[in-house]
Amino acid sequence: MHFQLSEEQQMLADSAKRFVRDNSDVEKHRQNKKLMPLDTATWQQFADLGWLAVPFEEAHGGLGMGPLETMVLLEALGEGLIMAPYIATVVLGGGFLRHASAAQQAETIPALLEGKLQVAFAAEEYERVFTLENTAMAADVTGSEVILNGTKSCVMNGDQADLLVVLARTGGQPGDQDGLSLFLVDANAPGVERVAHRTVDGRQGAEIRFNQVKVSEAARIGELNGGYAIARDVLHEGLLALSAESVGSLSVLLNETVEYSKTRKQFGMPIGKFQVLQFRMADMFIAMEQTRSLLLAATLKTVEGHDDAAKAVHAMKAQLGRAGRKIAQEAIQIHGGMGMTDELGVGHYVKRVTGVDGLFGNADVHLMAIARSA
Amino acid sequence: MDLRVPEQEKAFRDEVRTFLEESLTPDIREAGRMVTSVFAPVKEAMAWQRILNDKGWAAPHWPKEFGGTGWSVTQRAIFAEELVRAETPPLVPMGLHMCGPCLIGCGTEEQQKEYLPKILSGEHFWCQGYSEPGAGSDLASLKTFAEKDGDDYILNGTKIWTTYAHYANKMFALVRTNRDGKPQQGITFLLLDMDLPGITIEPIVGLDEVPEQCQVFFDNVRVPQKNRVGEENDGWTVAKYLLTFERGGQEYAPGLNVMLEKIRLMAEKQQTAFGPLNQDPVWQYKFAALEADVLALEFTEMRIKSALSAGKDPGALSSMTMILGTELLQKVTELRIETLGSQSVIWQPQALVPGEEQPVIGPEYALTAMPHYLNSRACSIYGGSNEVQRGMIAKAVLGL
Repeated sequence: MHFQLSEEQQMLADSAKRFVRDNSDVEKHRQNKKLMPLDTATWQQFADLGWLAVPFEEAHGGLGMGPLETMVLLEALGEGLIMAPYIATVVLGGGFLRHASAAQQAETIPALLEGKLQVAFAAEEYERVFTLENTAMAADVTGSEVILNGTKSCVMNGDQADLLVVLARTGGQPGDQDGLSLFLVDANAPGVERVAHRTVDGRQGAEIRFNQVKVSEAARIGELNGGYAIARDVLHEGLLALSAESVGSLSVLLNETVEYSKTRKQFGMPIGKFQVLQFRMADMFIAMEQTRSLLLAATLKTVEGHDDAAKAVHAMKAQLGRAGRKIAQEAIQIHGGMGMTDELGVGHYVKRVTGVDGLFGNADVHLMAIARSA
Repeated sequence: MDLRVPEQEKAFRDEVRTFLEESLTPDIREAGRMVTSVFAPVKEAMAWQRILNDKGWAAPHWPKEFGGTGWSVTQRAIFAEELVRAETPPLVPMGLHMCGPCLIGCGTEEQQKEYLPKILSGEHFWCQGYSEPGAGSDLASLKTFAEKDGDDYILNGTKIWTTYAHYANKMFALVRTNRDGKPQQGITFLLLDMDLPGITIEPIVGLDEVPEQCQVFFDNVRVPQKNRVGEENDGWTVAKYLLTFERGGQEYAPGLNVMLEKIRLMAEKQQTAFGPLNQDPVWQYKFAALEADVLALEFTEMRIKSALSAGKDPGALSSMTMILGTELLQKVTELRIETLGSQSVIWQPQALVPGEEQPVIGPEYALTAMPHYLNSRACSIYGGSNEVQRGMIAKAVLGL
C-alpha cells in the first residue's frame, strides 16, 4: 500500500496547479451576476491539455485513466474554484457514454473529446429528496418508442448541454431500484423546454421540462428497467470527482482563514493567538483531513473494486457535507464581516461547498444510505 | 407564577390582529415574505413604519411622553408576536431601537425635540457609525478622529459595516476625541448629516449579492459641536446605554417558531423514497432538537420580560439570549436548506425584490432559504461577536 502519486499523476497535478495559478476563477465568480455562456476558450484549453480525455479508453481516443487521475485533477481545480463543467460533461457524461451502445459512442465521444459536446445528467426532481430510487419522472414505452414526460430540477450544466442523460421510470414505484431506465436525449429535441438559472455557487443549471418528448429505443443506455446499477456506478464516480474538487476548496478555506487570523489584530494581538480560535482552526484542519481520508478510501476502493466501495462513497459525501458546513461556517465567523463580502474569495468558496452538499443527496441522505445498507 | 393569558390581553391581541389585517398592503406583505435578513427591503419597511406611526404604534418601547404607547411589557410582547406571525417586514432598527432610546436617555431636550418626531415618522433615516476596519468587536480601538475647530468638530477616518448608509440621511457615530489615556475614555458620540461635504459612501456587496452594508469615508467633515450627545470623551457611557437597550429588547423565539412551522410544512412536501421527509427519523431528530432549543429560548426571553416588568435587571440572561438567538437562527436556516436539498441551490436574487415580476423557478417556498442561510452567518458577528459575548459571560458573570 502506498499513497504516492505516480509520475504520470504528478504531471497531471502539476499542470492543473499551473493552470489554476494562471486562471483562478474567483474574480469571475465576483462578476458572474447573470447567466453566462459557456467559456469555450477555457474548455478548448481543457481539451488541448488532454484533460477531457482522462477517463476515456485509449480505443476511444482517451488516456485510459480513471478516478484517481480525476481526483488529482479536480482537487487542483477546486483550489482555484474553476467553474468549467468538467464533472457534468466528462465524469458523469463520459461515465454514461461508456455504458452506451457502440453507435451512441461513435456519435458522441469524439465530439466530447474535441470539446464540442456538453453533457448533463438530469436526475433531481422538485419536492423529492434525491436518491436514485426516489425518481418519479415517467417514461412510457410503446413499441420501439419511448415518451418522456415530467420535470427535472437543478440539472447542473443543463442550460449548456447538447446532450442530456435522463433518468426516468419505466416501471415500479418511487423507492424501487427496479424500473429505472436511462435515455440519451438531444437537449434541443422537440418538447424539451429549458429554464436556465444560476446556482448559489456561481455556476449554472436548468429546470428541464419534458413534454411528450419522443426518443427511440436506441437512445436507451443499458437494459430497460435496468438503469439503476449503471446510474449508481456513474453517480459514484461523479461524487468522487465532486468531493475531490471540494477537498481542494476546503483546503483553501482553511489556509485563508489561518492566514487571516495571523494578520487580523483585535484587542491588541493577532486573533490567531486566541486559544478559542486556535482550537477551532485545529478542528477545521481535522475535518478537512478526515474528508481527504474518506476521499482516498472511496476512490481507492472504487478503483480496486472492493465490495464496500459504495459505502465508502456514501461516507465520503456525508463527511463532505458535514465538514464543508463546519469549515465554511468557521471560515466566515473567523473572518468576521470580511467573510460576508462578495469581495473576498472566502465567501465564494463557502458558497461552493454549501451548494455541493445540496446536490445529489446531502449528508443526511448519504448517512441513511449507509444505515440502510448495513 | 402562571402562564394563563388574562382576558384583557386576549382582547388586546384581537385588536392588534384586526389592525394588521386591515392595514397591511399587498406590497408590504410581499416584502415581509421576502425578508432574508434582520433588515427588510427599505421602501416597504418605511411605508409600513408610516402606517404604524399614524396609528401611534411605531415605537411601543418608547416612554409615552416621547411618542411611545404606554403598553405593558406583556402587551409589547403580544404586539411583537403578532407582527412576526403576520410576517410584516421588520422596521429598520437604527432610529427606532438604537438612536431614539439613546437620545431619550442621554440627549438634550433640544436634541429630543429635533430628532425624536422625525425618527418616528421616518423623515430621518439613521445609520450607525460604530465599526471601523480593524476595530470590529473591539470598539475601543476605533480611530476616526474628531478635532475641535471653533464651534465644529472636523472628522477624518472611516466607518465600515454601516448598514444602509446608502439610504440614510443621518448617522450616529462614535469617534475618537482624545488619543491619550484609556482607549474607552477618549470617545465621543456624535450625530451628523450624511450629505455633509467630505462624506463618501461605498456600498459593500454581500454574499447574497445585496449591498446591505457600506463603508463610509470622512475627509475633513465639519460637524457642529451641538450635535454631540453626552459629554466630550464620554461617548462610551452613551454607547453602553444604547447597547443595554439594544440587547434588552430583542426577541428571537417568536420568529424562530414561525420559521420552524414553515420548515415543518416544507418537510411534509418533500418525498423521500420511503415517504414524506417529515416521517424520516433523522429529519425528525434534528427538528425536535431545534424545537426544544427554541422552547428553552422562548422561556428565557419570558424570564427577561418578567424581570423587566418587575423593574429588575435581567443581567446575564440578556447576553445569553443574544448568543442562543443568533445561533439558533443560524441552525434553523441551516435545517431549512437541508430540508429543501437541491431546491435551495437555485439562485434567483431578482425574484426577491418586491414588485419584480421575475417568475420563480422551483417551489416559491424555497426562494428565500439560501440567501437567508448565508445572510444569517453575519448575526453571530455583528453587535459584538459571539466570541466576545461568551467572553463577557465568562468574565462578568462567572468571574473567570
